[in-house]
Amino acid sequence: MIRPSRRSVLGGSISLLFGWPAIAAETGGGAAPALPSDLAAAPEIDRWLRLSADGRVTLRTGKVELGQGVLTAYAQLCAEELDIHVSRIDVIAGDTRVCPRQGMTVGSFSIPEGGKAIRMVSAEMRQILIRLAAEKLSVPTAALDVRDGMVRTRDGRSVAYGSLAGGQTVQRRATGAVLPKARPRRVVGTSVARLDLPAKVRGAPAFLQDYRPVGMLHARMVRPPSAGARLLAVEIAPARAMPDVVTVVRDGDFLAVVAEREWSAVKAAAQLASDARWDTPPPLPADPIAWLKDAATQDTVIASTGTPPSAGTRLVRRSYSRPYLLHGSIGPSCAVAHFDGTALHLCTSSQGPFELAAVIAKLVGLPVDRVTAQHMQGAGCYGHNGADDATADAALIAMRLPGRPIRVQWSRQDEHRFEPFGAPMLIETEAHLDDRGNIMFWDYALRSPTHNARPVFGVGNLLAAPTLAQPTARPKTNNFGGPPAYAADRNAIPSYVFPGLRVTTRFVPESPVRTSSLRSLGAHGNVFAIESMMDECALAAGVDPLAYRLRHATDPRAQAVMQRACDAIDWSHPRPADRGCGMAYARYKNYAAYCAIAIEVEIREGEPVLVRATLAADAGEIVNPDGLRNQLEGGLLQSLSWARHEAVRFDGAGVASRDWRDYPILTIGEAPPVEVILIDRPDQPSLGAGEASQGPASAAFANAVARACGARVRNLPIDRAAIAAARVRA
Amino acid sequence: MTTALTVNGKRVAVTSTPDTPLLYVLRDELALNGAKYGCGAGQCGACTVLCDGRALRSCFVPVRTLAGRSITTIEGLRGPKGGLHRLQKAFLDQQAAQCGYCTAGMIMGAAALLREKPRPTEEDVRTALSANLCRCGTHNRIVHAVLRAAEAQHG
Ligand code: FES
Ligand code: FES
Repeated sequence: MIRPSRRSVLGGSISLLFGWPAIAAETGGGAAPALPSDLAAAPEIDRWLRLSADGRVTLRTGKVELGQGVLTAYAQLCAEELDIHVSRIDVIAGDTRVCPRQGMTVGSFSIPEGGKAIRMVSAEMRQILIRLAAEKLSVPTAALDVRDGMVRTRDGRSVAYGSLAGGQTVQRRATGAVLPKARPRRVVGTSVARLDLPAKVRGAPAFLQDYRPVGMLHARMVRPPSAGARLLAVEIAPARAMPDVVTVVRDGDFLAVVAEREWSAVKAAAQLASDARWDTPPPLPADPIAWLKDAATQDTVIASTGTPPSAGTRLVRRSYSRPYLLHGSIGPSCAVAHFDGTALHLCTSSQGPFELAAVIAKLVGLPVDRVTAQHMQGAGCYGHNGADDATADAALIAMRLPGRPIRVQWSRQDEHRFEPFGAPMLIETEAHLDDRGNIMFWDYALRSPTHNARPVFGVGNLLAAPTLAQPTARPKTNNFGGPPAYAADRNAIPSYVFPGLRVTTRFVPESPVRTSSLRSLGAHGNVFAIESMMDECALAAGVDPLAYRLRHATDPRAQAVMQRACDAIDWSHPRPADRGCGMAYARYKNYAAYCAIAIEVEIREGEPVLVRATLAADAGEIVNPDGLRNQLEGGLLQSLSWARHEAVRFDGAGVASRDWRDYPILTIGEAPPVEVILIDRPDQPSLGAGEASQGPASAAFANAVARACGARVRNLPIDRAAIAAARVRA
Repeated sequence: MTTALTVNGKRVAVTSTPDTPLLYVLRDELALNGAKYGCGAGQCGACTVLCDGRALRSCFVPVRTLAGRSITTIEGLRGPKGGLHRLQKAFLDQQAAQCGYCTAGMIMGAAALLREKPRPTEEDVRTALSANLCRCGTHNRIVHAVLRAAEAQHG
């Protein structure tokens, strides 16, 4: 199960272990391998693992559950190495008071990096327990084995983990000398059910939104018509006089109301909004892609080999774009903050509770050791959404009302209009084809504002910070990243081999609205562009798009996923008019999971209808196949939603996408059936896969639409109007 | 001033002001947190409960209009022997959630569908749940879970 943390008071500690000889001596010599980065940063075993007298294991991690099932996968890794049943494991995640600091839960690093640490620390713990058992039973360690937390001798004697070290802490640092098991795998590779779902299907409190500490007050924000508008005047008295209202908070342009009951706060916020006058901030661009085309850029060539051939080639030149997108969490952001007069405690669904606590300490002017944070699950966030900002809002209000926990719940409109958006992208590219249609030279340039403006890069990145009476300005944006993962330019270097290429990042430092990390960062737009372009080149060359890609891909694992996805959709089977199949492929970040997707589309009365989809992925060693399928299919459908429907729109009054009516997303009725094929490679390292399907899904959809009706849409989203316009051009 | 309701089989007199939407009464006054706030405008279905057996978006219906009605929230769903309802079991069997924030609303929407149409086709399920939004892309698993639950009822 997944428990909210409480500081546990444990009995003694096993410090005699310090006196033991190094474990390395028993593992057959050789230098101990380097600790995985997460473990090197917090090597004390008792930071990660505690054992109770009844044999339950508590695993603590700094990574957090975002709906991706990571805590279940961690429990599996721990169970595997410790040889206990997964049901004996409790997980505490993201509590800065007790958990090891592991960095933010971002970018599909949790399994490859965090998973290694948990495996290794669990393997060392098992070794220690076996030694304790050997002493107790007076047998050599080699004569012992373990089944479900019971250490056994060959002659039938046994001792339970709980009675060896239960209730005590193991005061020892991980050495890296005990290698995790290679095989047999009892738990890893099996579809253990998600630990957090039973509470969720029962409606038991499982989310931050459900947390109600005694004495809690409800706060609602009052937002300007558009970000950056200044509060000219506000009449506070009418809202303040409403029943249940405790106070109105104004700090510069930061405006909120606090009440005893939630609905009273909602009503008072409406009153306050009608009594506030704001100035008019600069208008937002009606056509964001036209704005992007003319925006000033900082250019960096991130890859360059060969030179464009001077003659004898055919040139294909195209441009593609994606608009501003919403994270669009189904549950608007929420937070609870409690200032007791000395210290501030934050309950947050941030992806980085450790980092956020430190930033909020700066924001409210407390020493960093007096701000703690505890992760509680929110609705899926898919990157940097409003969660951090809502936590800062709650903190600012809590500082003025010491002693009362303050719950801030953003409204749907707050979330739609003020979350940091996914950045728009414009890609201009050309390919030189030889006489057989093969790509000789590939020239690719992407324009985009930042995909990473998290609060760790500056207090001013918090929504509230620049609006306070003592403002902190937004820091200059940056294209944080660089090789090999990159940011705006993630996956801008194609997963194919071309004799010559040049890839240029044209970073746009200014955006009229705030943008930050959305699932897969620039990989979505880049893979959409590259894979659309591959189809356009294949068409120019007169070659089947699958065959064309196989020609340009040398990695057999890449070829395998493409072939499998296309076989599953019956790629070469002829389709009726108005129907078509498209495919796309990418290796996420060029070093994580391989993913290929094929999609069949029908154009029905001008509308693109998603008929079905197949996906093949190779994520190395699979920890939890069902969890991986769920994530890959989820990413595919989310990406189809982006590509089929989504664009944040602006009007004279600001963000015009205010709720789900203005910003529709893919419904259950529109979702195609999806077949997921996993290629397990137990002998290969696990590869991050949580974001691997975002790029290929949108591209495969665009390619399918082009094949179904002969008209190519190059600017997302691909809706009825875009198809009609493309048909006119075609 | 109070409003009399039946919630999960129990009669209650709630003290929230009569204009308070049912969702806030459930969560804030009755500590029933299963129904979720998603949009407050009837657009997403996260707040779905049953009112006299029919699906109701609890986020924007004032409690005064529900006097005397019988409300069932996900906390009140039960199987015949008091354990999990077959929909709850099917959602677990199919692992039909990612973040799970939409789950309670999906299950309650499906409960209303199965009452009206015990043997729905896949098309029926997709149509009935099209106004319940899921951002995680769990769409197909949800549909399969509902179809499984319908089979379980008859099998
Ligand atoms: S919260 Fe009621 S429909 Fe969205
Ligand atoms: S599972 Fe996250 S919104 Fe549906």
